[in-house]
Amino acid sequence: MITTRNVTKRFGRVEAVRSVSLDVREGDRYGLLGPNGSGKSTLVRMLLGLVYATSGEISVLGQRIPRYVGRVLPEIGALIEEPAAYPHLSGRANLRLLDAAGPHGARRTRQRRVDEALERVGLAGIDRRPVRTYSLGMRQRLGLASALVRRPRLLILDEPTNGLDPRGIRDMRELLISLNESGVTIFLSSHLLPEVSALCTRIGVLDSGRLVLEDSLETLQEPTGRVVVSTDDPERAVAALDSLVESRDGGDLVVRSGDPAALNARLVEAGVRVSSLVTQRRSLEEIVLDVTGTGSDQFGVATLAPSLADTPAPAPAPTTNQEIS
Amino acid sequence: MIAVELFKLVRRLRTWLSVALICALPLLVAIFIAVTHLAPPPGQGSAFLSAVLDNGQLYPAAALALVLPVFLPVAVAVVAGDSVAGEASAGTLRYLLARPVGRTRLLVAKLISVITFVLLAVIAVTVTSYATGVLILGPSRAAAVGTAPGGLSGSIAPGGGGAPTAGLQTGGAVTSLSGAPLTTIELGERVLGAVAFITVSMLGVAAIALFLSTITNSALGAALGSLAVLVASEVLVTLNAATAVQPYLPTRYWLAWIDFFRQPIFWRDIQRGFAIQAVYVVVFLAAAWANFATRDITT
Repeated sequence: MITTRNVTKRFGRVEAVRSVSLDVREGDRYGLLGPNGSGKSTLVRMLLGLVYATSGEISVLGQRIPRYVGRVLPEIGALIEEPAAYPHLSGRANLRLLDAAGPHGARRTRQRRVDEALERVGLAGIDRRPVRTYSLGMRQRLGLASALVRRPRLLILDEPTNGLDPRGIRDMRELLISLNESGVTIFLSSHLLPEVSALCTRIGVLDSGRLVLEDSLETLQEPTGRVVVSTDDPERAVAALDSLVESRDGGDLVVRSGDPAALNARLVEAGVRVSSLVTQRRSLEEIVLDVTGTGSDQFGVATLAPSLADTPAPAPAPTTNQEIS
Repeated sequence: MIAVELFKLVRRLRTWLSVALICALPLLVAIFIAVTHLAPPPGQGSAFLSAVLDNGQLYPAAALALVLPVFLPVAVAVVAGDSVAGEASAGTLRYLLARPVGRTRLLVAKLISVITFVLLAVIAVTVTSYATGVLILGPSRAAAVGTAPGGLSGSIAPGGGGAPTAGLQTGGAVTSLSGAPLTTIELGERVLGAVAFITVSMLGVAAIALFLSTITNSALGAALGSLAVLVASEVLVTLNAATAVQPYLPTRYWLAWIDFFRQPIFWRDIQRGFAIQAVYVVVFLAAAWANFATRDITT
């Protein structure tokens, strides 16, 4: 759906994107991650023909960008950084206006498509109030609705959960997954790791304009071959497991084992009460921090996270909106 | 896209507010003159004003002369300066382009919207001031103000430093600046000619503002930038040392539309005015297009 080859963008002397080769496949829920200022937005804008690449090739839906951008864009729904609308018009009027502006927006179906899009994003009940009076979350929903009006095959969303409350974020996630299941490929950029972790099937990580990692989340989060055991009797557990225990932190043990069921049986046999037993996987945070350096909006910080990946903590997926940078 | 731009133009409060303000100035002046019966003496004040007490039908010409130096160019500069830069800073530009709207098409639609605004403003001034003139100042009155027929012919200083006045006559018809009488139909034709000339002059302003609008993301910057060009041009037009460049300045022939009210029409400056505005329009629109079509949209 989206492939780029050695795409580079320079703004004056600043190289915002450096030789990025991206591969987004049909049916993906692709998350482009990276600290603020790592070039995510510039890359997204290049895909949409808003910013012209200095060098390299871009192809979206099989067409060269920017030359054939006019053919491709009608099949793409986009949210580009913040949503924007004409503040003195109602949300519905904004969608109708934007639809009428470009080609392929049949007037006959416009009303129905607009209503459908508003309903999908949970704005079915909006009245004639001007957008000026909308909350940030409503604007974000409206922005997504405007991306959906054309019933796109590909959604390109830059920071889609910005400004949404927890319920909004969950609604957005459920909507995107259901769209994806009905055949829409989703490409989103974000710096919110938990969001990407909960939503995406593949990720790419940008760092200072370079794509430093691109893989499926499943592969990246394969079990590490360790199991985290919590028990109220760690001494006995250590004795029972012998040399398999790698580290210990209070009642939590990190045990080398590829077979949690067998490990559990062994502990039970030794009379150890186990309160939890979890196959250790690397969190997305660890994965990302491992491959990225200092956030590019930071200066004079030697290293952000002193090799978090080496710390064998159980590290469940963080549940707060934690940023990378 | 053109329909969309026109929709945005008419749905915007600013459009109607600025047109209303442009129309309000001549109305205000007319009220003062009607109440006091103190029109500026011939040769002083704004063009045609000295004559309107005696013939309200001439008031559209006086009204255009009133709004031309400041009100009209300011409004046009604001609307044209906002056209691209305003959308860029509001963020709607990127969504329009991603819809997709071709960049050339967008620029053409913006231009047509600006032209519509200019026509709207100029025609609104003409129509309301005609009504004002007839209703407040009254239709032509037989009056013999001490202006010798023909005495004003060709009295306009180059560059519009001096304001011309209409000569007056007896018996209902309007007199041209040259003293020969004009019928109402002739007057209508000449007002139309003046409207066309002023519209084209304003298109020159619009082209400059539109060009600036494509280089900056600040609507205010684009509007003020184009006004700065006009002010500079006005300064140079009155500066003897700048005689060499004067024929090429955008405001040099702005007042040439007054020549429509001579008998016969004095075409030389009118033609030059049309020509110089055409050059400005073509050059600045081409520059706007060249810049906008290749520009990175980063807002």
